Amino acid sequence: MSLEEIYTGHDVDLIRVAARLRAVIRPDQVRDGTTETHLYRRDASTMSDKAGIVCFAESTADVQAIVEIAAEFGVPFLARGSGTGLAGGAVPPPGAIVISTTKMNKIISVDPVSRMAWVEPGVLNLDLSKQIAHLGVHFAPDPSSQQTCSIGGNVANNSGGPHCLADGVTNAHIHGMEVVLPDGSVTILGGEEPEPDGFDLRGVFVGSEGMFGVATKVCVRLMQNPPDVATMLMDFASVSDGADLVSDIIAAGIVPAAVEMMDQLCLIAVEAFIHAGLPVEQAAALLIEVVGPSRGVAADVARISELATARNVGGVRIAADDAERALLWKGRKSAFGAIANIKPDYYLHDTVVPRNKLSGVLDQIYAIVKDHDLQVLNVFHAGDGNLHPLLVFDGKEPGVYERVHAAGRAIVKASVDAGGVLSGEHGIGLEKRDLMPLMFSETDLAAQADLRRAFDPHMLSNPDKVLPSPATCGEIHRAPEGAWI
Amino acid sequence: MDLTVDDFAADIGSTEPVAVVGLATRATPPGDVRLVNAPVGIDSIQPAEMTIQCGAGTPVNDVAQALAEHGQQIPFPPGGTIGGALAVGHSGIRRLAYGAMRDALLQTHYVGSTGKVVKAGGPTVKNVSGFDLCRLMVGSRGTLGFLGDVILRTRPISAYEQWFTSDRDPWGLLTGLFRPTTVLWDGAASWVLLEGHEGDVTEMAKEYGLSPIDRAPELPSGGRWSMAPSELQSLRVAQPGSFVAEIGVGVVHHTRPRPPRLADPVQANLHARIKGEFDPTGRLNPGVDVLTVI
Repeated sequence: MSLEEIYTGHDVDLIRVAARLRAVIRPDQVRDGTTETHLYRRDASTMSDKAGIVCFAESTADVQAIVEIAAEFGVPFLARGSGTGLAGGAVPPPGAIVISTTKMNKIISVDPVSRMAWVEPGVLNLDLSKQIAHLGVHFAPDPSSQQTCSIGGNVANNSGGPHCLADGVTNAHIHGMEVVLPDGSVTILGGEEPEPDGFDLRGVFVGSEGMFGVATKVCVRLMQNPPDVATMLMDFASVSDGADLVSDIIAAGIVPAAVEMMDQLCLIAVEAFIHAGLPVEQAAALLIEVVGPSRGVAADVARISELATARNVGGVRIAADDAERALLWKGRKSAFGAIANIKPDYYLHDTVVPRNKLSGVLDQIYAIVKDHDLQVLNVFHAGDGNLHPLLVFDGKEPGVYERVHAAGRAIVKASVDAGGVLSGEHGIGLEKRDLMPLMFSETDLAAQADLRRAFDPHMLSNPDKVLPSPATCGEIHRAPEGAWI
Repeated sequence: MDLTVDDFAADIGSTEPVAVVGLATRATPPGDVRLVNAPVGIDSIQPAEMTIQCGAGTPVNDVAQALAEHGQQIPFPPGGTIGGALAVGHSGIRRLAYGAMRDALLQTHYVGSTGKVVKAGGPTVKNVSGFDLCRLMVGSRGTLGFLGDVILRTRPISAYEQWFTSDRDPWGLLTGLFRPTTVLWDGAASWVLLEGHEGDVTEMAKEYGLSPIDRAPELPSGGRWSMAPSELQSLRVAQPGSFVAEIGVGVVHHTRPRPPRLADPVQANLHARIKGEFDPTGRLNPGVDVLTVI
C-alpha cells in the first residue's frame, strides 16, 4: 500500500477517479474525505458499507460526466436522493461513486391544465405538493417519509403511501423521465404523450432501484384536489373484525382514498406522542378516508358505517374539520417516531398479502413475534393488504438482532405463503435480495437479470441489489453488516 | 382455462419462428409463420381483492361481461383478447380517470423465446418485488414473450354514469369538472362522461350546462395519434370532425393514419439490446418492430 493510499484510505484507482472528476465538474462537488464517505455509507435501513467518492450533481450534464467517468474506470456508481430508503437500496457497494441528487431540486415547469409537472429528482415529495397547492393539484404518492424523501427516490423505489389505494403507486404517476443510462447516454423514457413508441421503458425504469441508470428530470402526473373529504377513525375490540371490514368495503364496490390500520400497541405509542384521543383501550383502529363530491362522500360514509356496525365497530369518529383530520393523519404518519416511547430500536417490515388473508397473517405475525420474545406494532396500509410490522427492541440486548432477523424472515415467508409478495413499497434492495427465490424461480430471476443487462451490460449502476447473486452473473459481494438475509 | 400455460409453452417450443394470434382484431398475423393461441378461460374473479385471473386468449368482451356480474370492470378497450389488448398496450377512452391500461396488469406467466414459462409481477395490487417485467410486456407486441395467463386489477363499476355533450371549450371542462371520466372533443363539440353519485353528477352537469346524451360519440378509426395533451391545442386549426381527441390524455382518434416518426438512436439501441437479451434469434413474432409500428 502506498503512502498516499494509507493517508487517504482509498486505493490509487479511486484517487485517480476523484482527480478526473474534479477536472470535469467543480472540485467542491467532489468529496472523498472520510466525513463524506462515512456519512454516505448507509440509507435509512440498518445496513451500511463504504462509499468511495461522493459527488453532488447539479445538472444532467454533471450526472452524465460522472457516469461516463465511472464507466471509463469501471467503478460502480449509484444515485442517492434523501437516503430514506429502508431496504438498503442506497447503500453503496464498496468504493462506489455516490451521486447525490439533493442539489437538483428545482421544479422546472408546471402545467395545471394538463396536470403534469417536470421536476428535478432531488425535489422533496411534500415540497412539490406544497408548491403547487394553490393550483388545486397534488402529487398523489405520499410515503410516510414524504417530508424528506425525494421524487427521484420515489421513482427508483416505485414508492407507495396511504393514498395509493385509490390512485395507485408511483408508477401510475410518472409520465416520463430524462435518464442518464449506465453508458453515459441521455434519453427520455416515456414523456408527456400517452403512447410513446416502443417498449414501456418508463414503466420498467420506475422501481428499478437505481440499477438502470439515473433519472435527471421527472415528468409527474398531478391529481385534482377533491372538493370534499371525510376522515373516519373506527375502533374494534378484535383485530380480525377490523381487518375483515377492509374486504367488506372493497367487496361493496367502494374504493376509499385510504384505509390504514393501527393495532393497540401502536395506538398507545402514538397517543402518548400526539394526545389525539385515540382509542387506546381497543385492539385496533382503522383510519378511513373517502374523497370526492359531497353526495358521493356522504353515501360512502353511510355505507362504510353500516358495514362497520356488522363487524362490531366500537367507536366511529369523523374528523370535524381540517385540524382534526391533520391530527389523525399526524398520528398515523408519526407512528414510527412514536415507538421510541417503547424501545429505542425498531425494524420495519413491508410485505403484501391478499386483503382476505390480512386477519390470518396478522395472527401469524403476533405468534411469530411471541416465539422470538419480541414486541410488534402493526401500522399499515390495510386497504392494499400492505403490512408494516414494526419490531421494537433494544439493540443493546445481547442476541436481539438474531431474533429480530429470524422473526423478520418468518414474517416474510408467512406473507408469501399466504399468496402475497416480498415488498409492497420499500423495494428489495439488499434487505430482501436473497429472499427473491421465495417468489421467483431461477427462470423468472434470469429474465429480470436479462433486463438489467440490457440497460447496464457492465453492471456498474448500483450493483448487487435486488437480484440474488446467481442470477446477476456478477461478482458476489458479501451482504453488508445488518442485512438479515 | 382450456389449456395450461405449460401446454402453451410446449406448443411454442424453443426453436423456429412462431407468432401468437388472438382474434386478429388489432394486428394481422404474419402468413408464413406457425401460429399459436394463448389459453382461454377465466380462472377466478375476486371482487374483494379487485382481481381477475384468466388466460391471455380470453376475449375482452367475455371478461367484461363476467366482471359486470360482480360489479367490476377493467379499463380495456372492447374487442379482441386480453393478451392482444395488453400486447398492443392501448388504453380505453376512460384513461383520464382510470389511468393507463398497463397499470391493470399485476402478474403474468409468459412464455419466453426459450420456451420456458416466466412469472412476472405478483398477485397483489401493490408489489415492488423485483424489476417490473409486467410493464415491459405491455405494449411489446409479443416480441419479448407470449402472455399465457394474467392477473388483472379490476375496479368497481360506478353507481351511476352518464354521457353528456357540450359546446363549451373542452379545456374549461377539463379544469372545472371534478375528475371527469373522459373529455372528448372533435374540434367543435365536446363530450363528457361523468361517474359517481347521481346527485353529484347531475349537479356538475347543471353547473357546466352539459346536455345528457345516450352514448359515446363514434371514434374515427383511420389512425391513433399520440400527442402531449398540451399539444392538442394545435388541433384547433384542424378540420372539425376529422378527429376525436381525448383531452387531458393526448390520444387522438383520427380519420388519417399517424405520420411515422424516427426513433431516438439511444432508444433504438436500448430496444435492440432488450430484444437481444429476451429473444436473441428473433423467433417471437418475427417482422414486428415496436419502434416503427403505427
